[in-house]
Amino acid sequence: MSREKILAAVKFNQPAANPLPDMEVLNTLTDVRTDLVSKYKTIATAGGSFVYEVSGFDEIKTIINNEFKPGVKIISALNELSDYIYAENVKHEDGHNFADVELTVLSTKLGVAENGALWLTEKDMGSRVLPFIAQHLAVVIGKDDFVPTMAQAYKVIVDADYGYGSFISGPSKTADIEQSLVIGAHGPRSLSVFILS
Amino acid sequence: MRVALFVPCYVDQFYPKAAIATLELLEKLGCEVHYPKNQTCCGQPMANSGYEHLTSGCNNLFVDNFSGYDYIVCPSGSCTLHIKEHLYADGKEEQATEIRKKVYELTEFLVDVLKVKQLSASFPYKVGLHQSCHGLRGLRIAQMSELVAEPFSKPAQLLDLVNGLELVPLSRQDDCCGFGGTFCVVEEAVSAKMGKDRVADHISHGAQYITSADLSCLMHLEGILRRQNSDVKVIHVAEILNHSM
Amino acid sequence: MSTATTKDHPHLAAEFNRDEPRVNWHDETLWWVRAKRDIAAHKLPEWELLRETASQIKFNVLSNLSTYLEQFEANAIKNGIIVHWAADAAEHNQIVHNLLEQRGITKMVKSKSMLTEECHLNEYLKEQGIDVIDSDLGERIVQLANEPPSHIVLPCIHKKKEEIGDIFHEHLGSAKGESDPKILTETARQHLREVFLTRRAALTGVNFAVAETGEFVICTNEGNADMGAHLAEIHIASMGIEKIIPERKHLGVFLRLLTRSATGQPITTYSSHFSKPQDGTEIHIVIVDNGRSIQLGREEFRNSLKCIRCGACMNTCPVYRKSGGHSYHTAVAGPIGSILAPNLDMKKYADLPFASTLCGSCSNVCPVKIDIHDQLYKWRQVIVKEGYSPKAKTMAMKAMALTLASPTLYRMGGKTGRLVFKYAPFAVNNKLNPWYNQREMPKAPDESFGEWYAKRKGAKN
Repeated sequence: MSREKILAAVKFNQPAANPLPDMEVLNTLTDVRTDLVSKYKTIATAGGSFVYEVSGFDEIKTIINNEFKPGVKIISALNELSDYIYAENVKHEDGHNFADVELTVLSTKLGVAENGALWLTEKDMGSRVLPFIAQHLAVVIGKDDFVPTMAQAYKVIVDADYGYGSFISGPSKTADIEQSLVIGAHGPRSLSVFILS
Repeated sequence: MRVALFVPCYVDQFYPKAAIATLELLEKLGCEVHYPKNQTCCGQPMANSGYEHLTSGCNNLFVDNFSGYDYIVCPSGSCTLHIKEHLYADGKEEQATEIRKKVYELTEFLVDVLKVKQLSASFPYKVGLHQSCHGLRGLRIAQMSELVAEPFSKPAQLLDLVNGLELVPLSRQDDCCGFGGTFCVVEEAVSAKMGKDRVADHISHGAQYITSADLSCLMHLEGILRRQNSDVKVIHVAEILNHSM
Repeated sequence: MSTATTKDHPHLAAEFNRDEPRVNWHDETLWWVRAKRDIAAHKLPEWELLRETASQIKFNVLSNLSTYLEQFEANAIKNGIIVHWAADAAEHNQIVHNLLEQRGITKMVKSKSMLTEECHLNEYLKEQGIDVIDSDLGERIVQLANEPPSHIVLPCIHKKKEEIGDIFHEHLGSAKGESDPKILTETARQHLREVFLTRRAALTGVNFAVAETGEFVICTNEGNADMGAHLAEIHIASMGIEKIIPERKHLGVFLRLLTRSATGQPITTYSSHFSKPQDGTEIHIVIVDNGRSIQLGREEFRNSLKCIRCGACMNTCPVYRKSGGHSYHTAVAGPIGSILAPNLDMKKYADLPFASTLCGSCSNVCPVKIDIHDQLYKWRQVIVKEGYSPKAKTMAMKAMALTLASPTLYRMGGKTGRLVFKYAPFAVNNKLNPWYNQREMPKAPDESFGEWYAKRKGAKN
C-alpha cells in the first residue's frame, strides 16, 4: 500500500531529529506599543476595506441603510441587528440558496493590526459560504479586540475548536491581469468593518 | 606584511592594467607584494560548469603558489569567492584551509585589513558602481538589497575617498550583469539582455564610467558598451583608487 | 541538452527574447513585484529572524516528517476527513478520478494547486471525460489559452491584457477589443459564479497542513477556493508530503512571510482553516509523494522541500524575468523549479540548473532560507557526473583543465592569441561564437600582466 511505502521511504530518508526554534525571541522584536486600532485602520484601508469607528448598533444600521437599497437580501449573524435575516435561522439551508445575498453581517472578537485580518469561524458565519457568496461583507468588532500580529492572534486561538475558520483581510480581489488590482473577484466586492467603541 | 597578488587568468591575459593598479596601490599602502609567477586560474570556469572534479590540477597549483603568505589579495570578487568556498587539495589540506582564510578581494582587504581611511587618488568623473554578485552576496563586500539590514558598501566607501568622483545612483543597485561564466554563451540571449539592461541603467543615470570590484562583469558590460559604440567606459575599482592626476 | 520532444531553456529563452519590448515589460512587471516585497519586508524589523525561524521549523518538519504525517493523518481522520496516499502522480490522478466516478460526477471546479500541475491532473481527467474548470482568474486565463501557468503565484503574468481580452471574447463572450482588467475580471466573475454554483466537486491545493490539529490552510485573494469548497458536496485537497507544519501556532510565522514575500501584501485576503467537513459534505485529502521522499534523501538538496511556493525567487531572478516561466518547461519554473525538477527527471531537466548566473538573489529573498543558488551549483556537479552534459562541453572542459593546471601550457597558450578566449567564453559550439553575437570581444593587450611583471625591476616572486 502506498501509505506504508511513502512513510517507510520518508522515515528512511529524513535527516536526524532537529529541535523546533524558540518563538518567543521573535515576539520580543514585535512592536506592540502602537495604537492597534489606528494601525488596523491604516492597513485595512490600504487593503481595500472600509473601516468605520462607531458608537453603537444604531450607527451601523444607519450606515447599512444608506449603503444598501431597501429590500435587498441581508443576512446578519448578530442579535443586535435583527432587522435582517438572522443567520442562525438559515444556517442549515443549502449554501446555494445564498446566491442572491447582497450583504452578510458578521462579528468577531479577533482582529490583527499588522495585516487587517479578522478571524471568523464557522460559528460566527452561520453557514461557511456566507462571507464568500454575498456581494458584500460587513464585520463588527470591538475596539479592544485587536492584537498586533499573527503571532498574538494564534495565541488567542491556539486551543480553539472550530470546524472551519478564516482570516479575512479585505474584499475579494485579484491582480492576475497585468498586476492591476481589481476589487471583487469571486467573493464580496467590499468589506466594511465596524469598530465598536 | 607579505601579500601575495592573485591575478585571475582573464585579468592576466586581458586586463593587465587592473592588476598593475592593484599591485601599485598595495605597495603605496605599505604592503610587500609578491607575485607567484606560476599561478594560472582558480578553477572556477570548470567548477561552475559542473566540472569541479576536474579542478584538482588548478587547486594543487594554487596551493603550491600561494602557501606561506600573510594575505592573498585578488582584484576579483568572483575568483576570491571560488577559492574561499572550493579550494581543496588532497594531501595539502592544511595549506588549503589556511589559504581559504587568508584570501581577500581587494576592496575588503583595503577596508577590513589595511583599514584605509584616506587616499591620494583623484578621478573627476561620474561613476556607476556595479556590484558583482559573488562579491556582494558571496563575500558580502556590500549590503544586499534583499535583506532587512544596515546598508554598507566597501567599494563605495573607498570610492568616496577619491577626489572629484561622483557616484551615480542606480535604479537597480545590485541586479546581475548576466555574465555568469559559461552562462554567457550557453544562455546567450538572456545573458546579453541582462548586460544590456545593466548598461542602460548606468547610462540613464549619467555614468561616464562603470566600475566594479570584478572584471568578469566589466568584461561583459564592456563588450556591450563597445558594440553600442558608447562613450561610457569600464574601469576596475583598483585603477580608480590608484589614479592620480 | 535538449531532448527530441522538448526544447531546452536556452532555446526557449532565445525565442522569448525575440520580442525585446515584451521582455522589458515582463522584466519590469516582475521587478515591481520584487520591489513591493522589499517594502513589505522592510516594515518588519524582525524580518530576518522570522525567515530564520521559518527555516528552522521546516527543518524540524523534514527531520520528523514520518511522525508528523502519521500525526496529521490521525488527527484529520478524528476530524472526519478522509485521507488518501499517493506514491506518484498517476496514483494521485487515479484517486481523484475514482472519487468523482463513484459519485457520478463529471464536472469539477479546481482552485490553484501547483501539485496538480505537476501531476498533469487536468489532462488526465479530460481523457477520462471529466470537465475541470480552474477558478483562479490567472489559471482560468491560461486554461482557456491552452497553456500551463508561467508562474506559481501569477499564472498569466506573461499575458498582456489585450491578449486576455481576445481570449475572453472568444470563450466568454466579452466585447471584442475589450481589455480593461476591471471589465475582464467582472466577466470572469459572472462566468465562474455559475461554475461554483453548479459543481458538485471542488479540488483545492493545500498551503499548510497542521500535524497537531489535522487541519489544513488554503490562502487565496480571490476567495475561489472557499467558493468552490463550500458549495460542493465533496472537497478534495491535494497536498505534497512537505506541506506539513508541526503546530497551529507555527502558522503565525508562515502566514506573516508568505504573501509579503510573494507580492508584498501583509496577508492574503483569505487564509482559510479547514478542520472538519460541513454537515452533509465530505473532505478528502490526498497526500502525495511523487519523488519528494527521494529528494528528502538527497542531503544536498533536501532543503528544497522547505519551499512554501511564494514565488519570490522567480520575481527576483534576472534570468526568470528575462526568459519567462515557460522557458523552464516544468510546472514550477524559476530558481526553485530548477532545483526541484532534476529530482523528478535528471535527463529532461539537465538544462535547468544551468539557467542561472548563480547570482544568489533567490536565496536572499527566500522566506524559508533555502540555499537555492548553492543547490543549483551542486546540481550541476551531479548532472555532469551522471553523464547528462554534452560531450563537446566535457572535452572542452578537460582541455581547459589540463591547460590551466600547467603554468607552461598556460603561458604558451597566452602568447598564441590570449588563450583564455580559446575556451572562454567557453565556445562549445565554435561554428558561431555566441559571445560575439551581441558583444565585442575584449581587446588583447600587448602583454599579459605576467609578462609585464617579469620585466619589472625588483620583481618579487
